Amino acid sequence: MDKKKKNGNLYTVVYAAVMVIIVAVVLAFVSQFLKPRRDANIMEETRQTILRSVHLEGRSYEKYITDTVAGPEHLPLFICTLDDGARKYIIPLEGKGLWGSINGYLALNDDFRTVYGAVFDHEAETPGLGAEIATPSFSDPFGGKSLYRGDDFVSLSVVKPGRSAGNPNAVDGISGGTLTSRGVENMIRESIEPYIPFLKHYE
Amino acid sequence: MNKRIFLDPLFKNNPVSVLALGICSALAVTVKMEPALVMALSVTLVTGFSGFILSLLRNTIPDRIRIIVQLIVIATLVILVDLILKAFAYPISKQLSVFVGLIITNCIIMGRIEAFALHNKPFPSLVDGIANGLGYGIILVAVSFFRELFGSGTLMGYPLIPEKWYVAGGGFYENNGLFILPPMALIVVGLIVWVFNARNAKNDKKAWNK
Repeated sequence: MDKKKKNGNLYTVVYAAVMVIIVAVVLAFVSQFLKPRRDANIMEETRQTILRSVHLEGRSYEKYITDTVAGPEHLPLFICTLDDGARKYIIPLEGKGLWGSINGYLALNDDFRTVYGAVFDHEAETPGLGAEIATPSFSDPFGGKSLYRGDDFVSLSVVKPGRSAGNPNAVDGISGGTLTSRGVENMIRESIEPYIPFLKHYE
Repeated sequence: MNKRIFLDPLFKNNPVSVLALGICSALAVTVKMEPALVMALSVTLVTGFSGFILSLLRNTIPDRIRIIVQLIVIATLVILVDLILKAFAYPISKQLSVFVGLIITNCIIMGRIEAFALHNKPFPSLVDGIANGLGYGIILVAVSFFRELFGSGTLMGYPLIPEKWYVAGGGFYENNGLFILPPMALIVVGLIVWVFNARNAKNDKKAWNK
């Protein structure tokens, strides 16, 4: 193509405009076309995460999550009925990690004091460090821990790795992921606190 | 000719160790091998196809908005890859999504487009892009191999060091925490650059003496 024409103002502006419109149309089309599949994936993932907190990953959501209650300030509380009829109460968690938001689900036994299971996820924590909160090696030790010391709500502490042995109110953190571990601790406290009066009433 | 375009970026002109491009993401995603592999694959796809598309357009692009046009093509490809993964391979896309921004800013992609795709035909540009992506991948996998093995005692998430070797289990071994932190990434990359350059220097000498 003629060099002078190629560098003219009109050509440059029209070229940029056409290019942007083509790209926008392509992206909008692909995005809309794939949206139902993407939404289905996201919903299925959420349901599986909820089931994971009660150690039932891969099972049918409809069968085990028998009820959803609107808790305080319309926060949801999921009620799960296990095969043996025992009921577990699942509370969604939301908080801040180091780089972005973190979230999770905490399943309580029907005494509303001890933890049955927990699962955590994150948006952008450091791989290999903070991101380890999403692995079972971090979340499994939450099972059996207690939110209460005597009759006082003390939540759970995430402490230095190796320091939690024998302490029913603490779990091991992640070495190198201290800020994310602290985020988990704050998230649990802040997310569970509003439920406490409500759960007492439910009890 | 095409064979040289393909082989050169793997060793002799490796984008990371010889040209010092893409170092930033090589430090960021090499704590574990799995994200490193996913990252290498995605970068390879994006370098290949962005080179191909921009080479097709190379005679029509106005000089003054050249870089912007390149960025639009790269960003579009990355978003497309992300959308497709979200729809068909959701678990992988969750791992990858953190690194999408890093792909767009990867210096190798724009470096190859500027240096190669804008002056060559589409097919050689595709080969060049893919080869550079693979050259980048080799380094990523090598760095993450050492970092995951010594830092976490695992490879691809599978534990390699027996449980009873650890101090916690009564043994003598402990993972080296320095390996999972960024400074060690820089040191490992530095050692790899050293090995590559020492080898290249030896070959150059041989060629010189002939």
